[in-house]
Amino acid sequence: MKIGLFIPCYVDVVYPQVGVATYKLLKHLGLDVTYPLNQTCCGQPMANAGFEKQAIPLAEKFEDKFKEFDYVVAPSVSCTAFIKINYPRLLEGKHECITSSKIMDVIEFLHDVIKVDHPLGTFPHKVSLHNSCHGVRELGLSSPSEEHVTPFNKIKDLLNLVEGIQVLEPERPDECCGFGGMFSVEETVVSAQMGLDKIQRHMKTGARFITGPDCSCLMHMSGIAKKQGLNVEFKHVVEILAAGL
Amino acid sequence: MKSEKVMSTGHSKAAKEFLKNQTYAKWHDATFWAVRSKRDNMAYGLDEWEQLREKASQIKRHTITHLDEYLDLFATNAEKNGCIVHWAKDANEFNEIVYGILKNHNVKKMVKSKSMLTEECEMNPYLEAHGIEVVETDLGERIIQLKGQKPSHIVMPAIHLNHDDVGELFEEKLGSEKGNHDPTYLTYVARLSLRNEFLTADAGMTGGNFGIAETGDIVVCTNEGNADMSTSCPKLHIAAIGLEKIIPNYDCLAVFQRMLCRAGTGQPTTTFTSHFRKARPTAHPMHIVLVDNGRSEWIGNPEHWEALKCIRCGSCMNTCPVYRRSGGYSYSYFIPGPIGINLGMLRDTQAHSGNVSACTLCLSCQTVCPVKVNLGDQIYQWRQQLDEFGTANPQKKLMCKGMSAVYGNEGIYNLGTALAHWANLIPSPLMNCGLNPWAEGHKMMEFPKKPFHKLIKDLEK
Repeated sequence: MKIGLFIPCYVDVVYPQVGVATYKLLKHLGLDVTYPLNQTCCGQPMANAGFEKQAIPLAEKFEDKFKEFDYVVAPSVSCTAFIKINYPRLLEGKHECITSSKIMDVIEFLHDVIKVDHPLGTFPHKVSLHNSCHGVRELGLSSPSEEHVTPFNKIKDLLNLVEGIQVLEPERPDECCGFGGMFSVEETVVSAQMGLDKIQRHMKTGARFITGPDCSCLMHMSGIAKKQGLNVEFKHVVEILAAGL
Repeated sequence: MKSEKVMSTGHSKAAKEFLKNQTYAKWHDATFWAVRSKRDNMAYGLDEWEQLREKASQIKRHTITHLDEYLDLFATNAEKNGCIVHWAKDANEFNEIVYGILKNHNVKKMVKSKSMLTEECEMNPYLEAHGIEVVETDLGERIIQLKGQKPSHIVMPAIHLNHDDVGELFEEKLGSEKGNHDPTYLTYVARLSLRNEFLTADAGMTGGNFGIAETGDIVVCTNEGNADMSTSCPKLHIAAIGLEKIIPNYDCLAVFQRMLCRAGTGQPTTTFTSHFRKARPTAHPMHIVLVDNGRSEWIGNPEHWEALKCIRCGSCMNTCPVYRRSGGYSYSYFIPGPIGINLGMLRDTQAHSGNVSACTLCLSCQTVCPVKVNLGDQIYQWRQQLDEFGTANPQKKLMCKGMSAVYGNEGIYNLGTALAHWANLIPSPLMNCGLNPWAEGHKMMEFPKKPFHKLIKDLEK
């Protein structure tokens, strides 16, 4: 099984440690993982802002870079969801989209494909789980609170394998944190209010760490937490899964 | 130039004002979240909830794509029942038809139950300009009518006002006791006043939540019984209904009736579900006005026709994190929230493009929607079309082109990322100033020295 590792642009630049944790985790599990060089962006920021045509050349490059792999794995739910859902339409009239069916968020991959069921790292802390919208409502990492379905949460399942951890969830467990890409610079005040509300609900659980499957939510909330002087730390789920490996 | 001025929309400016009163804003958010939670309890309480949503969506898809047949059937059956059916192609024609009926019956005063359609057509001001007194009888609608305001929510139109606001209003308009703002007392005052209006009105108007094609019936769901009062006191009943409200039969109604109120207010049903087939024996024949006003054109819109499935329960507003933190008046269209963003764009792209960025694409709206209108996906699609409408933000367009150029060229990207950590050295006042909209709410992120694509070289060794 050949796995191509996709590290989205802002993870590459702002959160390289998340890329490192993902790589280490997959290697630790004895998987054949490759990081193809010269990756950039999936095109989601432009598309969500209303310029998805600008994402087409990026989609073509992405397809070319990852076509030979059995799975494309990324530590970012919103980029993964964007590729999975929108690439087939963006590439219409060019060629059939290959990567849409291959791409998986790392959580989904570990949970559903590798079916990890033994302890990974150690993290003796209380964490508050941030269920990122696109993970919940596009990738199905957890049951959406809006739907009447049997509750499940793949992120929680994996985190609970970590030794010493206590996984908590805030009130309104899947309400949006207010990042929304361009939304955060267009609707600055609402975005910041949503972020602050979300952080406060996370902090109410008593956890010192907020963890989630998408660095963009974490980047947004940590920027607000720092501005407001709130004492809370942010970690991507894979950093916790790989802690101590 | 301050970034805010370039990037901000009408909605974002209004939202900023809304959030200045933090006590009120918190209350607003909590109030609507409580409605969402009540709705959740109802949804979790029905094992077949998700099947009902799917069924409801299919019924609406089917009916809307066969609307000509169902409209024909509805009108034929309504006429068989003795009703007079009118067809209004737009708001103006609707207002003229209603005025014509009222004039023929020499009506001076009309009571009416809640209708977003009459808001859409701005019927009340039209009739008032023609000398007819129109009295809203839904309590929330009556309050905002007396206050000279518009609804801030489609189901709870006066939710933005508290009991003191209402108390002061009633002191002035209805002569209630000074300083008595007890909700039960205020409701009693409204009831007395409305009772008199019902008894002295010459006509009553209702909207229609559903029109049943198989029988020609109009079905109206209310919690206050005001639709029944509006139709059982005066001798003339006019029902106004949008074309998309027609459903095939009573089996279908059973599906929607189970969902509408559960989704909207978190009650198992509305207190009253009133069925109108024909006028009572001593009254004038019932009039039904079927209103198009753009709907027949929207059916042909490949990306957005599903907005017509909406049953106006308001649950997308209640769940929308942006609506809850910006209020109904921050949107340019009279229907706010996710469904309002979409309906506003169908109505007038030039006037309402500013609303489409008031969304994080969290998709809670379409996951909560009882008829599965793909609200968030449609908002995404509207954004793609702004450039062609000429309403795209030029700075945003430039940014996106720039990003595409950087990301499309690995050489530039790698150079840029190699230099990114130098941004840490920019003095904080420069980075955290008005030129950088991110810095309005956030402290700037720190850029590590080495991006992942450099670190991987060591890892692979």
